[in-house]
This record gives sequence, structure tokens and C-alpha cells, in this order.
Amino acid sequence: MISLAGRDILHSWSKFALTGLGLGLLIGVTFTMAGVYRGMVDDAKVLLNNSGADLWVVQKDTLGPYAEPSSVHDDIYRGLLGFPGIAQAANVTYLTMQVRRGERDVRAMVVGFVPGGPGEPRYLIAGRRVTRSHYEAVADLSAGFAVGDRIRIRRHEYTVVGVTRRMVSSGGDPMVFIPLKDAQEAQFLKDNDAIVNERARTANNPALNRPGVPGLLGAIEASQTSGRTVNAVLVRVASGHSPDRVAAELRRWKHVQAFTRAQMEDILVAKLIATASRQIGMFLVILTIVSAAIVAFIIYTMTLGKIREIAVLKLIGTHNSTIASMILQQALGLGVIGFVVGKIAATIWGPAFPRYVLLEPWDAVIGFVLVMLVCVLASTLAIRAALRVDPAAAIGG
Amino acid sequence: MTWGFRVPRQVWVAVVGVGLLSALAWVATQSGPLAPIPVTVTPVVRADVAPALFGIGTVEARRAYVIGPTAAGRVRRVLVDVGDSVTAGQLLAEMEPVDLDARVTATAAAAERGRSAVAAADAQVRDAGSRHAWAATEARRTDALGAAGVVSQSAVDAARQAEQSAAAQLIAAEAAVAAARRDLARLEADIGGAQQQRSNLRLVAPVDGLVTARDVEPGSTVVAGQAVLRLEDPRSVWISVRLDQARSAGLGAGLTARITRRADPLTEVAGTVVRVEPISDAITEERIAKVAFDRPPDGVSSGEMAEVTLALPVVGDAVVVPNASLRHRGLQQGVWRYADGQLGFVPVTTGAEGLDGTVQILEGLQVGDLVVVYSERDLDDRSRVTVVPAIRGVAP
Repeated sequence: MISLAGRDILHSWSKFALTGLGLGLLIGVTFTMAGVYRGMVDDAKVLLNNSGADLWVVQKDTLGPYAEPSSVHDDIYRGLLGFPGIAQAANVTYLTMQVRRGERDVRAMVVGFVPGGPGEPRYLIAGRRVTRSHYEAVADLSAGFAVGDRIRIRRHEYTVVGVTRRMVSSGGDPMVFIPLKDAQEAQFLKDNDAIVNERARTANNPALNRPGVPGLLGAIEASQTSGRTVNAVLVRVASGHSPDRVAAELRRWKHVQAFTRAQMEDILVAKLIATASRQIGMFLVILTIVSAAIVAFIIYTMTLGKIREIAVLKLIGTHNSTIASMILQQALGLGVIGFVVGKIAATIWGPAFPRYVLLEPWDAVIGFVLVMLVCVLASTLAIRAALRVDPAAAIGG
Repeated sequence: MTWGFRVPRQVWVAVVGVGLLSALAWVATQSGPLAPIPVTVTPVVRADVAPALFGIGTVEARRAYVIGPTAAGRVRRVLVDVGDSVTAGQLLAEMEPVDLDARVTATAAAAERGRSAVAAADAQVRDAGSRHAWAATEARRTDALGAAGVVSQSAVDAARQAEQSAAAQLIAAEAAVAAARRDLARLEADIGGAQQQRSNLRLVAPVDGLVTARDVEPGSTVVAGQAVLRLEDPRSVWISVRLDQARSAGLGAGLTARITRRADPLTEVAGTVVRVEPISDAITEERIAKVAFDRPPDGVSSGEMAEVTLALPVVGDAVVVPNASLRHRGLQQGVWRYADGQLGFVPVTTGAEGLDGTVQILEGLQVGDLVVVYSERDLDDRSRVTVVPAIRGVAP
């Protein structure tokens, strides 16, 4: 049996292919939009995975350290290490700031980590891990720094010794890892002018600068310039202990807030990126509706374009079902081409986005089903028009 | 375009269709979560590991002197300024003596008077002596005359009494001289005391050194022990280095150091660990070591920041991997070993680590094993990998 649809496509295959290509690009945009959303969620998960922690211990009554500011004393980790069920605990600081390299500055999240502890970057794509306890940095690829670059964070210059990938904050800023002590200093030590002003202010306070107590002023000044807090303590739970239980015990006894991995993911996904993801979700819905409408109109106009040929077919006694299946097959063919082109296009331009775009295979499957469904629905409009045509139109006007 | 034959349209469609499908297949398998993870591998080799410790410290003088008065008072004059070199014994500053000068004069005058008193007493001794001599002569003569019966017994007795009285007066005069001399000695000691008090107000340099601070100006009142000037021995500068306790294994006196001063970052100078402080900083979790310059650089100043790298003994012929290949799985440290296209996590025990990122492997790996160094994503047991020379986006 001759395939009517195939023959028709072969008859005007360039037109068909170009239509499919255009449709494909539109579907590609839709896929990318879904990918942007998936990427945001995945960034949040990767952020948590890479910290390698089971528990996040933060200031009481805060949702820190990512969603809210949190500060805890940096010696609290010693108490945590003695707590039953805790195998490792490491201080960590997070500070979003501009990092300078030469003339250019990059917005980055500076992470202070303890080498060897949780919070350290889990894998590198170039360079080496930090070996000095000061003034070395590991930067994310998206920051644009290379191994050997000298970057400036507040008062000190750091050498980039390693490069990581996909280490970004929930806002998409690349992470720059530096040793904890340097990070504490960067976070809490003010600039020189502020320090000098503060010293003068203290020196002018007669209660603090007493002639009878020569060492007092120096001691007060020293205590003003030290920062002894961190943003969170990352904890690895010993095997055989439930993170939930340990977190509950910590909350109960240690005057801190402790979040498990699941709670942290909830905070990041449901609270931090909720608005942004809803924004994208709305856009995605509209894009899907628009794509469906365009597919419907394309197929409808294609059918109207060959209405005379359909009338001839009817005239020679072709079954209605044959005509309907021809239009349906064409619609589905268009959908397949559109899906394939869209998937390829999205994969090609995805990596060019500044933030990570994750194209999930399962999303592609759902997308394919949706495209097919939309094509079937769209073709009903065209089929209706085709079946209503009067065979006499073939020989008339 | 004209070929000798006509390609049927079906062929074109088939070619385009197959092309699209193969592109889709490539896209689905080579990107996204299903794609193999690009990794780089390196063989485990034998090499020397040069471990080193790294710390930052501040330059300070081993011997610093605080020059101030021992009693509260007002500063009269300050003779030197910051940066001046001074020699031992040099007068640096002086406190206001208030009435001390007058007291020195008063005690000197009192001593003079004491000396006069001694002279007067001496004269009285001589006077009493001569009176006694005359009385004795008179007594002897009266005795002789009495024996001859020329004078009455009463006259003889009177002469004897006069002689005894003169002897007693002589003893009294001599005692008065001794008292006057002791008084004089006391007054002279008073002068010494007043002069010593006076000289205590002179602040002199205890050693040769450099004036590093001039804390008060003339006219200021200072309490006992408060610094007026500070001195340093510039030849005694060293660096107080703070090293992270977690990375301080092997720290000890005698290690050679490479010192880079923040003020002169391009020059590296040599030094030696002189002492490791017996007390560590419990708050900052750092150990403190004193590193002396082999030759103190010119223009080095106290309080300057310096980066110090301490070389530890080289571990020769060790089994090494790059530290970028070390991964953590849960609480376990290990590496991903690559063999026949398959990955396996091997727990390892590490030894010395060089500043260049080479790590000694004590246990877990053999020379010649291939280990994953860099990977585009985190790896797990089910990861499919493809070996590449360098990860995309990074210069090889």
C-alpha cells in the first residue's frame, strides 16, 4: 500500500523539513527552560553534596548558612567532636564578595574550609589541593581563574592552585575556597582605615586608656581585631548513627540549630530558589502552550494548503480514515523532527549558558510524549477541516 | 547542479533522517547524566617527597627594653628620638627632680657644718689637753712644796682635784670629737643617698640599641614603671612564626627556613628555627616557633609580616600520587583506581605531603597503578568514565 503521508512529504520535503526545524528550535527553547530550572535545583544539590556533610550546625533559630546569616564560635566544633555519633566536624565560613584579579573583579562566594575536613572541594579538574595553611585558593572554573593566577581577597593576595567545576552558590556565584583562618580574617578583619579609626576611638576613651594601667589599651585593641566566629560547622556522622537523631540531640543540648541533608535541601530548594523556580515554571507553562498552538496552526495551514488535493482524493473515493491518518502521520512526523532538532539544539546551546543547564533524560521522555500528544490534538483541527471539504471543490473554482 | 544520475528523493530524506537520529543518539549518550565522565589518569610512581611546613609570623626583637622611672614623677627632658642609635650608659631622658637638688645642697651644707663641729671639738680636746697638762704640772709642783711643808695640805688637795678635773674634761672633749665625727659620717652618707636618688631620675641606656618608641614628651607625668622610651637591640631580630597545629608534624629547632617578608615579597632570605615555644596557642590552635635570620636583611622592622617555609627532611623514593587524586567516600580516604576501563575505590594511608601537591602513599597502591586525578563530575561505583588528556575548559 502506498503511504499517502510519505508521498506527500516527499512531494514537498524541503518545506516539511524547514517547518520541522523551526518547530524544533521552539521545542529546544522549551527544553532549555526546563533545563535551567533543573540546573538550579541540581546546583543546590551539588552544593550540598560537595560539602560532604551529614549535618549542618548553625546558629540557633536561623536557617543558615546559605539561606540566612549564621555565626557560631569557632571552638564549638571541639565540643561537637566529643558528642556521641559525630565522626568529623569542621568549621566553615561563607562570604559572598568581589574577588579581584588584576583589573577585573568577579563576584564569588569565598568559602573558608579546613583541609581534609568536610567542606573541602571533593574533586578537582586541574591543579592540586591546598598544601599551605595560608594564601592558597581553589577556584571554580566559572570564575574564570586559572592555576597560577594571583587573586586578591580583601587584604591578601592568594595563589590559585586548583580548579573545580560546578561549585557554585545557590545564587550561581562561583566558589573560591581558601583556608579557614584566612577566610575568618577576610570576613571579620576590617580595612586598615577602619582599624586605625577604631584604635583612635578606643584611645580617646578615658575609661579604656587609663594612665595608671599601661597595658590596658593594647589589650583592648588586640581583642577588637580578632574574629573568632564561623558561619557553620559541617558534621559527618559516624557510621551506625542516624543523622536525624544526632541532629535532634544537638538541638536539644548544644544551643545550636542542626539541619540534616534532607532539611537543608528543603531549605535551599523550597525557600531559597522557590521564587526563581516558580518564575521559570510559569514561563515554561506559557512556552508549552505557545508551542502547542504553533504546532496546531502549522499543521492546520499545511492541510489547508493542500485542500484541493484532498478534495481530489475524496473524489476518487478515498476513505475518510485514510485521509485522517495521512494528516495525523504528517503531524506526528513533524513532532518527531521537532523533538529531535529541539533536543539536539538544547544540548548544543545548553553549555553556553552562564549557569548550569541540566537536560534530564526523563524530561526528554516526558517532552517527547507531550510533543506527540500536542501533535495529535493539533491534527484533529486539521482533520476536521479536511473531512469537511466538498469533493466538488476539486473540480470547481 | 548536475550529476550524471539523479539521486532519488527518498535517499535524501533517508540520509537526513538517519543523520538526525544518529545526532540524537550521540547527544543522548555523550551529554547529560548518561554520558561517561571525562577523567584524567596518572600512574603511581616512585619519587622524592619534599615535605615542608608553612606559617606566617611577625618580625620582633628578641631583646626589647622599656625605659621608665622607678617612681612616679614628671618628665623633665627627653634627649633622644625614635631611630637614634644609643650606647650603653648614654643619658636618654631625665625626670623632674622637684626638691631633690635642694636636698642635696642641704645635706652638703649639713655635712660642712658637721666638719666644722669636728674641728671645734678637736680644738676643745687640745684646750682640755693643755689645761690638763698645766694642772698636772701644777699638781706635781704643789705636791713637792707640800712635802717641804711650804704650802698647806689644803693647797695640795686643791691642786690634785684641779688635775683630775682637767683629765675628766679632756675625756669629755675627746668623746665630743668622736660624736662629731660620727655625725659627720651620717651627714656624708645623707649626701650619697640624695645624690643616688637624684641620679635615679636620669634614664640611661642599659645596652647599645635603637630607640623604637618615644612614648611621652617632657612635662608629662608618668607612673612608676611606665615606658618613656623603648629600646631594641637591632641585631637580635627574629620571627615569631605561627604554624597550624594540624600541619606542624616534624617541627623542631634547627630546621632551615625560607623567609619571605611581606615588605619585600620578591626576595627570599634564609633562616633557622631557633626555638619551638613550649606553649602553643590554645585558642588559635597554632604552634609558635622562633626563626632567626641567618643574616638580618637591611631595613627589617619589628611587627613586619613574613611568610616562612620550613623544609622537613626529604622522604626519598616514596610511592607518590598527586594530592588531587585523593577523594573521600564517607569517612574513608582513598583514590579511584582505573583498570581495564573500570573504576574501583581503594582506601589508602597517606604519609608525607610536599608543598607541590605530591603525597606519599604508605598503603593501598602499587607502583604502576593508574589512578584518577581529575574528573568532570564526582565519581561513584557506577560511574562510566572516558579517559581524556585534560578536562574540558582547562588548558592541558
